[in-house]
Amino acid sequence: MSIEVRELWKRFGDFTALRDVSLHVEPGELLALLGPSGSGKTTLLRLIAGLERPDSGTISFEGEDATERSVRERRVGFVFQHYALFRHMTVFENVAFGLRVRPHARRPSESQIQARVHELLDLVQLEGLARRMPTQLSGGQRQRVALARALAVQPRVLLLDEPFGALDARVRRELRRWLRKLHDELGITSLFVTHDQEEALELADRVVVVNEGRIEQVGAPDEVYRRPATPFVFGFLGEANWLSTTVDGRKARVGFRPDDLELSLTPLDGHAFPARVSRVQSLGGRAKLELMSANGGLVQADVPAERVRSLSLSPGAEVYAAPRELQVFFEDASAK
Amino acid sequence: MTSAVLRESAADPATPSVRAALQDPPWVRATLIALALGFVSLFLLLPLLAVFAQAFSGGLATYFAAITDPIALQAIRLTLIVAAISVPLNAVFGVSAAWAIARFDFRGKNLLITLIDLPFAVSPVISGLIFVLLFGAQGLLGPWLIEHGIKIIFAVPGILLATTFITFPFVARELIPLMQEQGSEEEEAAISLGASGWQMFRRVTLPNIRLGLLYGIVLLNARAMGEFGAVSVVSGHIRGKTNTIPLHVEILYNEYQSSAAFAVASLLALLALVTLVAKRVLEWQIRREKQS
Repeated sequence: MSIEVRELWKRFGDFTALRDVSLHVEPGELLALLGPSGSGKTTLLRLIAGLERPDSGTISFEGEDATERSVRERRVGFVFQHYALFRHMTVFENVAFGLRVRPHARRPSESQIQARVHELLDLVQLEGLARRMPTQLSGGQRQRVALARALAVQPRVLLLDEPFGALDARVRRELRRWLRKLHDELGITSLFVTHDQEEALELADRVVVVNEGRIEQVGAPDEVYRRPATPFVFGFLGEANWLSTTVDGRKARVGFRPDDLELSLTPLDGHAFPARVSRVQSLGGRAKLELMSANGGLVQADVPAERVRSLSLSPGAEVYAAPRELQVFFEDASAK
Repeated sequence: MTSAVLRESAADPATPSVRAALQDPPWVRATLIALALGFVSLFLLLPLLAVFAQAFSGGLATYFAAITDPIALQAIRLTLIVAAISVPLNAVFGVSAAWAIARFDFRGKNLLITLIDLPFAVSPVISGLIFVLLFGAQGLLGPWLIEHGIKIIFAVPGILLATTFITFPFVARELIPLMQEQGSEEEEAAISLGASGWQMFRRVTLPNIRLGLLYGIVLLNARAMGEFGAVSVVSGHIRGKTNTIPLHVEILYNEYQSSAAFAVASLLALLALVTLVAKRVLEWQIRREKQS
């Protein structure tokens, strides 16, 4: 199902959470809302779900205006950051909840509910845990119960708020792959909120970068990473070095990644600039260097450790640094 | 409380230094424990025993005669009626107030929280007087009530009003922190899964707060049955008509029928014991639920 968000504004008291946000979501797409905490990404998700009402703007599902529709009518599956499992119900009853609260006429029979819940528990690989209480589950298991519960009502869209936020790194990676696979199997339009750029880039079809209540850029992972629209996007998606300079007579900020730097003892090309090594930190196969560029800017470099040895770099050494790829943001153009 | 803390830290091998730091010399502990036990015996246990000793001092027959006396029975009946009405009323009010305060932000929220505590802050006698001033014959609404033949003061409705007012904070005060702590995510989840407001309340909210609610109701009931001050002011002490158990005890005592007075009083003492046990059981269950 497609989602169309138009010119959405939302304020909480003096705080403006969303400023004029517009977004189009393709049917069947897996979309990441990526941004720092307080950027408004969760608010946007809750507005789409109908858990909050916008101050102005519209939200439509499949071309049909849903702004005035209640959460119940929107048929969205919402997975909460801390799962919000019903603490006094078993796993089975949690998943069955959405079926049991249906109006009489549309409520499935007990045997249908049994079959549907077991099918869902099978899907999320929790078949044996139907009788457990939520407190007897690990974080990853709770997450999957929350997902099965949301899927039970056959939602038209799945909304996940920081789905992996409360899990440890290993479980997080596992679940991430699993969720991607599940999404590809079910083909349900899904949006998830995250502050972890790696998660967004790995998992999503498209990434929406949100900052201070505005959308900075929407694009495929590779696109937002390689062709960032704003300095913020470039800085948020990875480590960044910044140099102020003039390009074609215009003031500009030039950004490049520490691991996109080529170090050499003689200038390699026109972009190379001289610098002095001020710190060398070896981390196994890679080495992190701090360079002081000739115009006084501090530059971080991340190069193979072998390169440091072959150039015999140590604090005080003079080198040339050449960014393989760089982003130019003109000061006058980037009023954002 | 202190012993629970000590036990917990003793069971935790990671904090031996903390445990040692908290350990007082034996004589300090012995003195404190003796003081606490002595105080409890002198001011709580001894009077309780005295009530029962006095109640049975005239023998079993006198005891049962005192509590089956028609006037005593009427007082018991009235007390039960008052509790049967004011307890559900305040349970409903308490849940609504706690819901409003824990779930919504609105203007005057802090004022509402303060007002809920008012009955605890004001002397019960003043609470009773407020109703006399409002509804009494010389009161603000007195002439209108007399004109329409409605009797509130020196009648059962007055007793109900006073009791309900006095016991108003119990449930709300118990539920507000509980509901604030639990947050509204489970309720939002229920709604997003298609539950109606009532289905959400019955299937999610109520089961989550049930122990806290019961706890509040147990305390509320004990107070509703035992309230003296406010009820005394509005009741008029009409024997066989507007006397509750506490008022009846006072009348018997003032008439030098001390064993009858204590016999009826023992009913209230019994209620207190049942309340304490119920309270304790609920506390255990709440703690168990929190731990799991």
